[in-house]
Amino acid sequence: MTQHLTSLPVLLPMLAAIFMLMPPCGKNLRARRIVSVGMGVITTVASAILLLMTQEHGTSVYAIGNWSAPFGIVLIADPLSALLVTLTSFLGLVCGLYSCAGDDERGSFFHPLLHFLVLGVNGAFLTGDAFNLFVFFEVLLIASYSLLMHGGDKRNTRAALQYVILNLVGSSVFLIALGILYGTLGTLNMADMAQKVTQLQGDDVYLAKIGGLLLLVVFALKGALLPLHLWLPNTYSTAMPVVAALFAIMTKVGVYSMMRVYTLIFGEEAGELSHMAQNWLWWLAIATIVMGAIGVLASQDLRKMVANLVVVSVGTLVALVAVQTVQSSAAAIYYLVHSTLVSAALFLLADLIARQRGKVADRITAGRPVSQPLLLGGAFLVAAVAVIGMPPLSGFVGKVWILRSTLDAPYGNWFWLVYLVASLAILVSVSKAGSTVFWHQTGKGDSEQERAHPAQLCAVMLLVLCTPLMVIFAGPLSEYALLAAQELHDFTGLLQDVLGGVN
Amino acid sequence: MELLYSSCVGLLVACGVFLILRARTFPVVLGLTMLSYAVNLFLFASGRLTMNKAAVLGFSDGYADPLPQALVLTAIVIGFAMTAFVVILAIRGRADLGNDHVNGSEVTTSSRNVGSQRKEQSKA
Repeated sequence: MTQHLTSLPVLLPMLAAIFMLMPPCGKNLRARRIVSVGMGVITTVASAILLLMTQEHGTSVYAIGNWSAPFGIVLIADPLSALLVTLTSFLGLVCGLYSCAGDDERGSFFHPLLHFLVLGVNGAFLTGDAFNLFVFFEVLLIASYSLLMHGGDKRNTRAALQYVILNLVGSSVFLIALGILYGTLGTLNMADMAQKVTQLQGDDVYLAKIGGLLLLVVFALKGALLPLHLWLPNTYSTAMPVVAALFAIMTKVGVYSMMRVYTLIFGEEAGELSHMAQNWLWWLAIATIVMGAIGVLASQDLRKMVANLVVVSVGTLVALVAVQTVQSSAAAIYYLVHSTLVSAALFLLADLIARQRGKVADRITAGRPVSQPLLLGGAFLVAAVAVIGMPPLSGFVGKVWILRSTLDAPYGNWFWLVYLVASLAILVSVSKAGSTVFWHQTGKGDSEQERAHPAQLCAVMLLVLCTPLMVIFAGPLSEYALLAAQELHDFTGLLQDVLGGVN
Repeated sequence: MELLYSSCVGLLVACGVFLILRARTFPVVLGLTMLSYAVNLFLFASGRLTMNKAAVLGFSDGYADPLPQALVLTAIVIGFAMTAFVVILAIRGRADLGNDHVNGSEVTTSSRNVGSQRKEQSKA
């Protein structure tokens, strides 16, 4: 059983989704909700067990259909992917729980699509094969297209159309990049690719470089790196908030793929091609932070603000990927978990606030008071403090770690300057947004105002509580992040694990 | 054969990019389809072009690389699904937004008038 554990985070959501399309649950929303949340819990538990197992026994490699590494497709659960899989499964569970309050009635098949999305993201985190990564990207994308349209209006159609077309072009570029890399390297297994890159000669080096940089374009598109980030604020702010919260993990898939490709395949050992994307990543990431911060300052409603905060977090993460030291990767891993949870929490909170403020919705202007000011205000305060990066919450730990790990990087001073000014901008606009929404009131709320559903509150609280927990358990968490970063940079170790005695 | 093959791929990509940049949903869908044809051909070529070789060992004196064929098969299937989705989305966009521009709004003034007329008609 334990040797199959690696495949469970991929298989369980798929089984759940297929089961929910079949007769007993097919028409019955209640049954579907129960199955969705239940299977969400099971997937999360399985992922958590996988996480504990990788922490104890190190990387585990699962050859699908028992076809061994360079020929068959492998799933690799190293500490980093196990952590991200757990994060995704947890996020899927929380969003499933939140949607049970009524969001899933606004269109058909919300729950199956949610599980298909979790399947795609988990698969993308686990796979060790570049083409399989493409397949899982497509699985998560087609689920995300449908989720984006779920219960949407006209504004939504426009954003979805642009998002879908952009991603289809991105998929084509992805395939071209894979074709080039396969043509030059003769393999698509990531560990094998890393090994073959070192042996490249002559013109093949340039071809592989083109392939690698085309991959960068694709991952930058998925991760919303400047100049390919313009779709994100529009898409995320027009999607249903619970969908946007779920999407908080999707940009991270792009960042994770960058981590894998540019520290493993084109990393230290790659000879002429090592660190080829580093400069690009570094400056684009800094520009992304600037654009994100400007976007945050300019946002007129809460959801758009959170979407722009996601852009800032992507910029920060990519800058850390570009530094490529163990410390910076560890900081990136800690920050990645933190920022995903917090932005998801903020999306859901923005939805609750919008529902309770009637016509004003989530616009940052004076409006009627929310009906549960203490609860929502408290949760918003915690999430805001975390997202700004003020002590004592997890954002602060992440920020200090990020700044320390970039101290010695070339042009690190530029990063410090931009990052700190961006943090100030975020501090100003988030605190302005919070005080306007909760304190600047016109009129009185009537007694029949909508109150948050228990399932919604439970989901939001689960996400918000993660932030203090990430501080309380900062010790073990940072140790785990360090372990994951070391494994990420451990070139020979991974080759040994994946390819074993083959070569 | 290489020249013919590569110019086919290049031509398809050029047409595809041109059509996508038209920024109207129907040309964009056509452009995406052409782009995916080009990509499939390109993927196929990444295993080297060979004539009259089976993709199975022992069926001919040499063998063609089977992996790109498997990759192309997967890419075609995925491409079909995505094209179907974008067609439906384009139809819905046409219905929801009142015109077929990807941005949902016309740039020229004359066509904007057409849009507003249509809105008035639908209101009436």
